[in-house]
Amino acid sequence: MSADMLILAALCIPLLIAAGIAAAGRFPNVREGVTVVGSVILLGVVIALALSVARGNAPALDLGAAAPGLSFAFKLEPLGALFALVASGLWIVNSFYSIGYMRGNRERNQTRFYICFAIAIFGALGVAMSGNLFTLFVFYEVLTLSTYPLVAHKGDAAAKRGARIYLLTLLGTSIGLFLTALMWTWTLAGQNLDFVQGGLLSGLNISPAVSTALLLLFVFGIGKAALMPVHFWLPNAMVAPTPVSALLHAVAVVKAGVFTVMKVSIFIFGEDLLNATPGREFVLWIACFTIIAASLVAMTKDNLKARLAYSTVAQLAYVTAGAMLANEAGFLGGSLQIAAHATGKMTLFMCAGAIYVATGATNISDMRGLGRRMPLVFIAFFIAALSIIGIPPMAGSWAKYELMQGAIDRGNGYVPWVLIGSSLLNIVYLLPIPILALMPPPGSGEPRAFKRPGGAPALTVAAPVFTAALCIILFFLVGPLAEFLAPTISGSAAAIVTGVQP
Amino acid sequence: MIDILLRSAPDWALAHAAPLLVMVPLILAAVLTLVPSGRVAWFISIAGTAASLVFSLILLAIVQTPETSGIISYALGNWLPPLGIEFRVDALNAMILVLVSAIGVLASVMSYPTVVAEIPKEKTSLFYAAFMACFAGLCGVAITGDAFNLFVFLEVSSISTYVLVALGASRDRRALHAAFNYLIMGTIGATFFIIGVGFLYAATGTLNMADIATKLPALEGSRTVQAGFAFIVVGLGLKAAMWPLHQWLPNAYSYSPSFVTMFLSATATKVALYALIRFLFFVFSPNYAFENAAFGALLMPLGIAAMIACSFQAVFQTDVRRMLAYSSVAQVGYMILGISIGTAAGLSAGLFHLLNHAMIKGALFMAVAGVVLTYQGTNIRDFAGLGRSAPWTMTAFAIAGLSLIGVPLTAGFQSKLQLGYALFEHGWWWAVILVVFSSFLAVIYIGRILEAVFFQPPVNPRKTRKEAPIVLLVPLWILALANIFFGITTEIPLGLARDAAAAAFGLEMFR
Repeated sequence: MSADMLILAALCIPLLIAAGIAAAGRFPNVREGVTVVGSVILLGVVIALALSVARGNAPALDLGAAAPGLSFAFKLEPLGALFALVASGLWIVNSFYSIGYMRGNRERNQTRFYICFAIAIFGALGVAMSGNLFTLFVFYEVLTLSTYPLVAHKGDAAAKRGARIYLLTLLGTSIGLFLTALMWTWTLAGQNLDFVQGGLLSGLNISPAVSTALLLLFVFGIGKAALMPVHFWLPNAMVAPTPVSALLHAVAVVKAGVFTVMKVSIFIFGEDLLNATPGREFVLWIACFTIIAASLVAMTKDNLKARLAYSTVAQLAYVTAGAMLANEAGFLGGSLQIAAHATGKMTLFMCAGAIYVATGATNISDMRGLGRRMPLVFIAFFIAALSIIGIPPMAGSWAKYELMQGAIDRGNGYVPWVLIGSSLLNIVYLLPIPILALMPPPGSGEPRAFKRPGGAPALTVAAPVFTAALCIILFFLVGPLAEFLAPTISGSAAAIVTGVQP
Repeated sequence: MIDILLRSAPDWALAHAAPLLVMVPLILAAVLTLVPSGRVAWFISIAGTAASLVFSLILLAIVQTPETSGIISYALGNWLPPLGIEFRVDALNAMILVLVSAIGVLASVMSYPTVVAEIPKEKTSLFYAAFMACFAGLCGVAITGDAFNLFVFLEVSSISTYVLVALGASRDRRALHAAFNYLIMGTIGATFFIIGVGFLYAATGTLNMADIATKLPALEGSRTVQAGFAFIVVGLGLKAAMWPLHQWLPNAYSYSPSFVTMFLSATATKVALYALIRFLFFVFSPNYAFENAAFGALLMPLGIAAMIACSFQAVFQTDVRRMLAYSSVAQVGYMILGISIGTAAGLSAGLFHLLNHAMIKGALFMAVAGVVLTYQGTNIRDFAGLGRSAPWTMTAFAIAGLSLIGVPLTAGFQSKLQLGYALFEHGWWWAVILVVFSSFLAVIYIGRILEAVFFQPPVNPRKTRKEAPIVLLVPLWILALANIFFGITTEIPLGLARDAAAAAFGLEMFR
């Protein structure tokens, strides 16, 4: 099968899975079988695509034009391949986890849940593989709409309120600002929206005012990137069941947002135009502000998922900051952060879910000493927290290292301090949770009893342990990863890795 | 497709398609008054509109073949223009004719159950007669090349529309008031239009539109022509529900029989808008209207006001039909905005949205008709929980609603893109922001309905599964799927709109 057909396969498989789930809705075991088998096949296809990209190919597929200059075109480059790998790989882990969680919790409407999940992955893969901004925008909206029922899954008043804020914010920003930016770009570039290496708009004569306005429209229009002040949908969307929070709010949705920011920075603006845009510095400030402010808010939250949500807001701003540093190390740091944060934050969320299924506890203050009863879960939590903080040998450390490198390369004085401050804040709000759970201070009383006989289902424990291990493995894979990403990052066609390799 | 149609059609159809398109429904309208049974009347109306659809497709095919140079001129009774009445078809009105007759067919197919439910039995065939007359009048407005003849057809369609709206009285007495209001406003509009035509006749001595167009450049500074221009624009603007001349529309749409609302929303304002475009761009040249008279600067604020003000009004309505009616005025605002740019891209965006909006509003009002039929209510509260009891009707409603908002993969999204492109190209970036803001308001008002439909428990739990009848569901889903299809590939409607815009500016066709 040629690489181009693999793209089509990668798009069709999630849809076929969704259809299969719908057909097998009455038989839960068959239905879950469809999900698991399908997601494994999908990962195989994506790996084959990534290998093809690693060999220097650029698989492309054109499904025809919707209107002149607006075609449904797909073209895979290394950054997209990385995002596709992260999304489809973690989907498998998440599928196992979901099965344990949803059954353990006796959730209703499970068939709808799995169908929407598959469609969301379809959207994420479409975003990852899109060859122009129009296709990306369409799949971005597919992702928004397909995740709305997931957020509203519980169906009670709080879930509906959270889901409404989620939908209105994401649709409002994307239609209001992102679409405007898209149409403006389309006009500026002469009815063209293709992702061009070096920047679609770079060769054109664009005034700094226009490029600043365009950059702001893009950055705030891509609401999924959760840059302040359009971050508030994310904590509100945490009413969703934990597997949804884990995959969609640590992997697919928010990562689609920051991935889009990276794509726009690298392929629409390009390094040169971005550096010539005065608004870039402003967006960098906003990103730094988001990093610090969201971390401070996270410290005040006692609800574990809310704390993780604000932590996500802060960590996503790393990627935006990396994109706004607009040099090789910055782009590389942002890209590595996409992968590293996805594994780390997903682990944390899955741990939170496992604790909830086993004990019904959602507040951190109720988790003291709980590590004695569920040691594996809290050890996984501990490892992932270290990765988020950025301590070697965890994957998160490379992302921070490269971001600092990028800041120093351009002589930026404050970004390294912001990153260091953020790490310290991460320690303050993440590490006490596993430490107090595993080693409670004397006299803190008996830990909470299990609500469910037998504790957390085995699947909900195995999944976070696996991803925690992945956090460590990714640390050692950074060399190949940097090499893999080089063609996208290092602007020029020649893929030179020197100066990028840490 | 085009070749097959041209080859298989008999010679008489090819030669006389233009007059037959109008004559068949007009004669059937007279025949229908004598038909005793409503069911027979229903079949006749389907046959009549279907015949018109075939003729309009033939006309479109002829216009699109390279041999014709894109214009069909038919001299009625062999009285040659400019003295005789001329039917003149080009890329612009061929598109409108196909739209009107296609919607006509779908509307007739879905009509019977709602007509039985809402119209007294003894008036059913008369109702169909009025419908056919209205349909014939709209086709006539779209096809004629004679300014006075256009007025005649405008009145044929309008007067039958007043009748149709008033027939809603058996369901809600306020329909009488709405119809009377519409009658007064519509008559003022028609009067203004005919006064304007009178001025043009006084200045040029001819009523043939193509002939007027050739004589007008010599009369550029004439006050008579300027007065005529103003009267015509106001008169047609009133018919097209151009803000602030739209006051008749919300009442007329809310209280008329649901079938009438559906048909009018998808065709009547569109045809009036076509007539406006015809006068702005063909009779008066774009040059005259947009450069010398700076008319764009007048039209543009009206379009924007409609977009913003009426979207706001829609947000605060509690009656679904009223909400959609205000939304219609807002959507006409988009088209007016596109036209007011005064470029080919702007006009094609406006026309493109005109086609898409006919599909969107047709589907929405058709779904509402289904709800009225089974649940007898149009308040948002009556829609609560319908997602469970009538999933097919409501899913189609949701698709069309998303298309109205402009969600990607729907037709509405494509029209927003084209409009945005035209605005940016002209440098009106601030107008794009307003368009986008108006779409956001659409998110709110459509969202209110969809939330009631899919997330609220039914008010009356005894209402179990009750879908609209199949004759309503089939046309409804045709329109809903058309919204998705034309959201994915816009080749056909955008091609039509671009050809039409090119014809308006006298440019070479795009393809």
